Amino acid sequence: MNAEYRKDLFADERSDDFDIIGKPVIRQDILGHVTGRSKFYDDHAFDGLLHMRCVRSPHHHARIRSVDSSAAERQGGVVRVLGGRDVPVNTNTLLSLINFGRDDEPLLATDKVGYVGQPILAVVATSVRAAQEAVDAVKVDYEELPHVLDVEEALKPEAPIVNEEYPNNSFDYFDTYDHQKLRFGDVETAFSKADHIVEGEYQMSPIEQAPIETCGAIAAPETNDRITVHTSTQALFFSVGVTAKQLDVSSARLHFIGGTVGGGFGGKVDSHHEPLAALACLATGKPVKYMWDRAEEMQVGGPRGGERWRIKDGVMRDGRIIARAFTGFFDAGAYTRLSSYAVQKSTGHLPGPYSIPNVASNVYCVFTNRTPSTAMRGFGITAVDFAIERHMDKVARAVGMDPIELRILNAYRDGDMKAHRREAKNCALIESCQAVAQKTGWRLSADAARASSKSGGGVGALGVIPETVTDDEGRIGERRRSGLAPEPFSGQGTRGLLPEGHSSNNSSAFGNAPQREDMEAEIERLGFIGAAGVPPTPQGPMDETASSARPIAPSETAHTTHPAGARGGPSLPAAYTQRPASTINQPFAQPPAQAPGTPAAQQPAAAEAESESATTHFQRGVRRPGVSRFISGSRRR
Amino acid sequence: MKSPVTFRLNGSETAVFVDSGANLLDVLRRGCGDLSPKYGCGQGSCGACTVLIGGEPHVSCLVLAETVAGRSVETTGGLSNGPDLHPLQRAFIEGFAAQCGYCTPGMLMSAKALLDRNPSPTRSEVEEAISGNLCRCTGYEPIIDAILEAAKQRGAA
Amino acid sequence: MLEVQTYPTVGEAASAMDDQARFLGGGTLIMNRVNYGDRRFNRIVRTTDASLSEIRVEGDRLEVGAGVTMAAILASRDLDFLSPAARAVGGPAIRNMASVGGNLMAPHPYGDLAVALLALDAVVRMVSGEELSLEDFLARRNGVVRSLLIRRPRGDEFRFRKVSRVKPKGVSVMSMAARLTRSAGRLSGVRVAYGAMASTPVRVRAVESALEGVSLDHAGITAALSAATEGLDPPDDPIASGWYRREVAPVHLRRLLLGEDAR
Ligand SMILES: Cc1cc2nc3c(=O)[nH]c(=O)nc-3n(C[C@H](O)[C@H](O)[C@H](O)COP(=O)(O)OP(=O)(O)OC[C@H]3O[C@@H](n4cnc5c(N)ncnc54)[C@H](O)[C@@H]3O)c2cc1C
Ligand code: FES
Ligand code: FES
Repeated sequence: MNAEYRKDLFADERSDDFDIIGKPVIRQDILGHVTGRSKFYDDHAFDGLLHMRCVRSPHHHARIRSVDSSAAERQGGVVRVLGGRDVPVNTNTLLSLINFGRDDEPLLATDKVGYVGQPILAVVATSVRAAQEAVDAVKVDYEELPHVLDVEEALKPEAPIVNEEYPNNSFDYFDTYDHQKLRFGDVETAFSKADHIVEGEYQMSPIEQAPIETCGAIAAPETNDRITVHTSTQALFFSVGVTAKQLDVSSARLHFIGGTVGGGFGGKVDSHHEPLAALACLATGKPVKYMWDRAEEMQVGGPRGGERWRIKDGVMRDGRIIARAFTGFFDAGAYTRLSSYAVQKSTGHLPGPYSIPNVASNVYCVFTNRTPSTAMRGFGITAVDFAIERHMDKVARAVGMDPIELRILNAYRDGDMKAHRREAKNCALIESCQAVAQKTGWRLSADAARASSKSGGGVGALGVIPETVTDDEGRIGERRRSGLAPEPFSGQGTRGLLPEGHSSNNSSAFGNAPQREDMEAEIERLGFIGAAGVPPTPQGPMDETASSARPIAPSETAHTTHPAGARGGPSLPAAYTQRPASTINQPFAQPPAQAPGTPAAQQPAAAEAESESATTHFQRGVRRPGVSRFISGSRRR
Repeated sequence: MKSPVTFRLNGSETAVFVDSGANLLDVLRRGCGDLSPKYGCGQGSCGACTVLIGGEPHVSCLVLAETVAGRSVETTGGLSNGPDLHPLQRAFIEGFAAQCGYCTPGMLMSAKALLDRNPSPTRSEVEEAISGNLCRCTGYEPIIDAILEAAKQRGAA
Repeated sequence: MLEVQTYPTVGEAASAMDDQARFLGGGTLIMNRVNYGDRRFNRIVRTTDASLSEIRVEGDRLEVGAGVTMAAILASRDLDFLSPAARAVGGPAIRNMASVGGNLMAPHPYGDLAVALLALDAVVRMVSGEELSLEDFLARRNGVVRSLLIRRPRGDEFRFRKVSRVKPKGVSVMSMAARLTRSAGRLSGVRVAYGAMASTPVRVRAVESALEGVSLDHAGITAALSAATEGLDPPDDPIASGWYRREVAPVHLRRLLLGEDAR
């Protein structure tokens, strides 16, 4: 396929002296692929390799009354039968390595099962057949429980509790809300001024990544008291950390080898094979392989989670979208894994690549009795993008406008203020639309053909952080207590106001300031000298200095900025610009409650962290207290 | 229970003991140490385990190992002659016909069977020939192009 | 544990069978079950008997060994009328392995070749010597099959069509076959069979009788199309719902009967 390089676009922003792009480069690993010599995890031979198969739940939701594996243990070829009680730290959550969320998923279920295929016992035997036969010989007595498979059913107050750690069937955000919130401007007022209200509901089913190589790992003893683990993982260091934690061993004893992955597409990040294989290796002193067959890959391998989105737009006659509200439901399945993060990522993507001055969203990470979902390409983005773009077409029909022109009209332009309070830069949607129209012979009006991402941005209301209406609907537990199912975004609850230019929420509206010490860059260490006048304090999620200081920083003049202060926005209370010394000096004893990288209004840390602003340049490579307990050795400083 | 099986593997006489009920894929990988055929499903659906028996493609995961006694088996492990690559291998390299590479050994075997029988196939004959081989990475087009290219190169040589 | 027994003749193999044993054809279904630890059988019985893979021709009467593969059918000029059905089974590797005998036993939604054989009124010859109609064999499905006896269809009277979502290789939404025998310009003694529309390939008697004495054109087949799924309760599976199968069957039946191209 021939790529065409449009040298006319953004010519002044790049040097165009590519010596890689546009020229074929032979993959460095392809010789191994075509000769069959690339070493995938299973391409290592071990003497006396043992095989592992799991006893799995046939039910969506059931209490385990008893498990009897005595007959299985007596069968020929069976070496060991492992259960949850044999796992030193049986319960884990994947993101515990970055202290996000509570441990909620057992490696091997002990009391109850939450989805079909959930593993209960792991049988280790001398052959696959012997292990399969032993699995069949295990007797599990289940008491079936009512189950729920639909996200909105799961949010009803009377829904069965899927995951005891989150009894409201939704992930707890920042110890305050049962959903991830974004508030920007005032959608309700804007809706009342709009010429059209356009609503739509969009849904995407779970999708299996279906790599041709199924997930698996081989753990083998090494002579020096270490365990070598060959794995198909896409997330080697996650797997090391999880294995060290669940086996309660130092990661110095774990020698993980991977990286040659037979297709992953996101589905090989769950770190379940390595701890089980390594546990069995420790228990037997022999090499053990835990490999999913294709049926397991399809049934118990975490898929891309299903999502349901409702979008409500307020649109003017001329096609300008002045308000957009989202209600999203992300189906995590029975356990969190990475879904909590996917919800944040999708929220960070709202309202799509369009400049809309009033945006609100409530996005729920919901537990159901489905296979726990995990990452897949475009994780957290694909479904909501599908919803947004379908909705754009619907809006175009509602106002009788060409769908491409509608996109050009509403597209981000350089200098526009995004709903997550960062300035849009390097925008190219308009040019992309124009290129598509040109290639397909689609007629655009003269205005649309002339439009540019580089002009007209940041004008008037589109360049500033508007006065923002806040609310506190959806506090954790409210639903169950009130007996009411969640409404689509309603903007109800105790309302508050954030002044114009305010890049974050104030703490009175949102309870605890989600301040995280571990998000603090160690400036001295990094040798970074902050811009004059800016306190040398790094930025935390609730810290306002980043955005308020940014416009003043002289180094910023390189790009178009829209100094909020210059627009007369109220100056910030001192509490926001300076962090109390006590916080700074606090030892990192208490693991922080939230993850880094949270996109929405009350957690602008991620947004700020990636901003070009001088004061926030060094938010990566930070100390992560409480994180490295299971990762041995000192982290690079 | 184990029984002895003798066959030709990539041109060499080979003898292995096989477990009763073992499939050819396991025997090639574990018994003969030829790791080029891959396991993707064990049910004939993916084609990653494709090998040639008597010159014709078979999914080795569904071949009862003892049925190859006395027959000739070819795998991707035997496709190149030392550093001299088969035209298909060269075309796959140059045409970016592999990403993760897991389907590649099976694809190559299906493609070889086609070119051995039909040195100048049409595009739809190529599609038909690899219809039992799944690839989750490439979207097939580069693979089809590479096979056609290899046919052209061989014709030219 | 699993045992494999190999016999030089199919007769010896047949007498070694019991309900814990499975006779090995090409293995495309059996070995799948072995790989997944099926414990409903613990013995595989096979034979090295070459006679099982023979194709014998006597005028327009053909005897096709149960061990003949789909690839062998495709390679045989005498069996050219079966090519569309044989080519419809799996991909090239599967066709090199899949046998005629195994196809008669294949569970829903498989059995595409059996659908063709059913419409051709094939007779099943068992290893025991017993001969029975394929329809009767499908109703009981036991014993070891030696061969199938088929009468070659005349001209273009035989039709086969497979509907699948994935092309060129895909599992049946349905497959259909018809032998459109005529007398005096009108259809007479027609046989129609479906696959993936019931638990086994089936004859569709309602359609057969609705075609009796009609002319093969749009008007003539109207009654047959409305009877397309009469008496059938097509199964739901991951390929298609029973409802969908029922809805689209008349469309595909029309295309089959009138020889229209699918789009
Ligand atoms: C990826 C894939 C795709 C497939 N696609 C199709 C398709 O499109 N259409 C289709 O129809 N099928 C399909 N199949 C199913 C199967 O391959 C065919 O039905 C095939 O014809 C089965 O024959 P076999 O010789 O491989 O059977 P085997 O696996 O050897 O045997 C199957 C059953 O038949 C019995 N059997 C075998 N031979 C005899 C005999 N002589 N007498 C009595 N019983 C016997 C066996 O005991 C066993 O119970 C597919 C299979 C796979 C794996
Ligand atoms: S492993 Fe043999 S076809 Fe997939
Ligand atoms: S290259 Fe990855 S499956 Fe084909």
